Amino acid sequence: MNANFWFETLNLWLLLALLLVGYGAGRWQERRHYRSIRLRELSLRHVVALNTRYVPEGVDASGAQLVSGSVVISSDYFKTFVAGFRAFFGGRFRGYETLLERARREALLRLKQEAQALGATLVIGVRFQSTTIAGSSTPSVEIMAFGTALLTAP
Amino acid sequence: MLISNLETAPGHRVVAHLGIVQGSTVRAKHAGKDILAGLKNIVGGELKAYTELMQEARAEAVARMTAEARALGANAVLNVRFVTTSITAGAAEILAYGSAVTIEPIRRLA
Repeated sequence: MNANFWFETLNLWLLLALLLVGYGAGRWQERRHYRSIRLRELSLRHVVALNTRYVPEGVDASGAQLVSGSVVISSDYFKTFVAGFRAFFGGRFRGYETLLERARREALLRLKQEAQALGATLVIGVRFQSTTIAGSSTPSVEIMAFGTALLTAP
Repeated sequence: MLISNLETAPGHRVVAHLGIVQGSTVRAKHAGKDILAGLKNIVGGELKAYTELMQEARAEAVARMTAEARALGANAVLNVRFVTTSITAGAAEILAYGSAVTIEPIRRLA
């Protein structure tokens, strides 16, 4: 194998390197993110988020304030590459499912954190909203959760 | 000013409806941050610069909506909704809208 061979196949090596970096870093980050999500979900369990529009019966609530939590999350090179094949054959995009799930849980956590900072333990009327961010080949998506935080009397 | 995405304000009664109010903004991050985000696209994960961009933009949209409501003499905006549209690479329009109302606390019978 001479230098010319390496030079001519540079594109291929570059692609393989990007895939490898995407796979390794993406996986590592996903696992770390899930660990952090689980921990914070446990510590914020006392903040209850509901998507009902009315205060639950028998709860004395006041001081409504809008709270929100949002996150912009990006797929990695490997997931995007695999998704390219998926789009051809059809079926579940497992990589994107976990990506969106993690973003949604993160957004809800940030909403609860904001509510907790206001001294609220009840958030009602929670809605989710997602937007794809344009302008790159790798999909990025913004997930936002918003709701009304209420101060409840014990 | 009470801002809520509920149709009612718990513990309050709506006295007058003053109509729909809205606030919007179109924002983009500078190119340096876009390049960083481009690199982040290889490894995946949160794009913090964009998260901040959207949060700032949303706060601005809510502030403009609130200013409009205040000009109408409202003391609350109910049923607030958000709409986001990406316009071009790295730029987004964020719109917040709701109903401007005046509310008063409900007096409890002791």
